[in-house]
Amino acid sequence: MISDIPLNVILMQLFFGLALGSIFVIMASGLSIIYGLLDVVNFAHGAFAMLGAYVVFCAVSLSGNFAVGIVSAIVIVALIGALVEVVLLKPLYGKDPLLPLLLTFGLAVAIPDVIKIAFGLIGKAVAYPAAFSGATKVGPLILSNYRMFIIVFTLAVLISLWIFLKKSDLGMIIRAATQDSLMVQVLGINTSRIWTIGFALGVGLAALAGAIAVPMMSATPDMGVEMTMGAFVVTVVGGLGSLGGAIVGGLLIGVIVAFTALVAGEYSNVAMYFCMAVILLIRPRGLFGESGRE
Amino acid sequence: MLSVEKVNTYYGYSHILHDVSLEVKEGEIVVLLGRNGVGKTTTMKTIMGVQPPKSGKVLFFGEDIAGLPPYRIARKGISLIPEDRRVIPNLTVYENLKLGSLVQGKVKDLDDRLQNVFGYFPRLKERLGQEGGKLSGGEQQMLTIARGLMAKPKLMLIDEPSEGLAPKIVQEIMEIIQKLQRDGVTILLVEQHAEMAMRLSDNLRAYVIEKGEVRMSGTLEELNCRIDEVVHCLGAKI
Ligand SMILES: Nc1ncnc2c1ncn2[C@@H]1O[C@H](COP(=O)(O)OP(=O)(O)OP(=O)(O)O)[C@@H](O)[C@H]1O
Ligand SMILES: [Mg+2]
Repeated sequence: MISDIPLNVILMQLFFGLALGSIFVIMASGLSIIYGLLDVVNFAHGAFAMLGAYVVFCAVSLSGNFAVGIVSAIVIVALIGALVEVVLLKPLYGKDPLLPLLLTFGLAVAIPDVIKIAFGLIGKAVAYPAAFSGATKVGPLILSNYRMFIIVFTLAVLISLWIFLKKSDLGMIIRAATQDSLMVQVLGINTSRIWTIGFALGVGLAALAGAIAVPMMSATPDMGVEMTMGAFVVTVVGGLGSLGGAIVGGLLIGVIVAFTALVAGEYSNVAMYFCMAVILLIRPRGLFGESGRE
Repeated sequence: MLSVEKVNTYYGYSHILHDVSLEVKEGEIVVLLGRNGVGKTTTMKTIMGVQPPKSGKVLFFGEDIAGLPPYRIARKGISLIPEDRRVIPNLTVYENLKLGSLVQGKVKDLDDRLQNVFGYFPRLKERLGQEGGKLSGGEQQMLTIARGLMAKPKLMLIDEPSEGLAPKIVQEIMEIIQKLQRDGVTILLVEQHAEMAMRLSDNLRAYVIEKGEVRMSGTLEELNCRIDEVVHCLGAKI
């Protein structure tokens, strides 16, 4: 069946898959940072992505500039994230590990409701930024400029994130605290603040994913549900708490979804879960997951 | 410099330290002795704020630091070298050392501090780019002490540095601790090898702990006068 499909269609689907996967990668990186640092599985991750999409909508409506939209989305949602961590999550550390889970689950339900009250049920569309509208012919392929932008932009984000984590003192502290936060505190570092920064960074990345997705899918209050599920599948496939896993898992799932959409459209979401189940059977800790944590 | 006054420390409902008092003066090396599970590590954790006491005082230069979070206590100038070492495995040796220097924020004299530390642990210099988790046990112990030194602490709490190491490495580490003390670092040391620990310095004092209480304390000579009791508490001579 697949052999009947012309090569350029396959390449097109691969391109779609990489663009979709890029959004998954950014989502899953944020999820991974939060899990690694705080041991909190952030069920509200998609809700923060959705907030990012709405911030873009508001900022673009006001300023007419998409770049302003993206920056505002990251900054505003990261600040909201910091507030959530300080006010709601902090009191729950060291208690029943189920509590943070319940909290983020609650937020995943409550945040979309607030947005429904504020913006209504109907989605808000954001136009493609002028610089990236239209398409470009590359050999036999016609590639959407915006999707090319997403792929390149994601690459840039990942490289910056890598440099931040590998080369800056704060990044080094975050990596250290991910492994042994008590020891890091004994070395004189206020880990409580590092957790706030880590949570803000993680949901900031979610907001970025929502922000760059919004021209393709328009902002709806419930868009976060699917984004959370996608990010979870990617994280499970790639391995919890592993950034490399988030990247490989994200692109893999993106491509799988795109190809299933080509041959059997109605199964594209099922394919994602099927892939997760197969990986879990073969390699329960995911492709890049650590074998065990304390 | 450090004066622990009648601290009582608990893990949940189990009462581990009972009215423990001890003192460390500037420039001194003080040894905590005691069998397994008597509360030596708990004493260290109490001082460091990792397991704060329910009652009692931990005075550091006269200020009660009991109840402060560990990072604030570290910033006062106390450095804990934990018994399980806790090198950060995915960070390189260099990064582990740098992490140790960040107590008061970024430092300007990072290179000087590194050179100072290499003076004690020349072997670490060759391992700078290696991940901490890939070092041998002895090297990890050296890295932990070196990381603690990077903070330029006023007081070092060193918990069983010889645990699980070959005799030759133990000897090496003991000599380094001796050198540290001669260079003016104040040290509170937990050590199973009582006999070896007691010979680290001429004017060394020790506390013997039993079941979470201080049973005896004094210099080597003073303790040797009560050698039967010491043997009873430690199961070994000093
Ligand atoms: N996290 C903990 N929770 C509950 N009990 C603990 C905990 N850590 C230690 N204990 C108990 O507290 C007592 C004192 O432990 P501690 O580690 O201070 O002993 P120690 O003198 O350092 O022993 P060792 O020589 O084995 O290192 C022991 O009975 C131990 O079982
Ligand atoms: Mg101990």
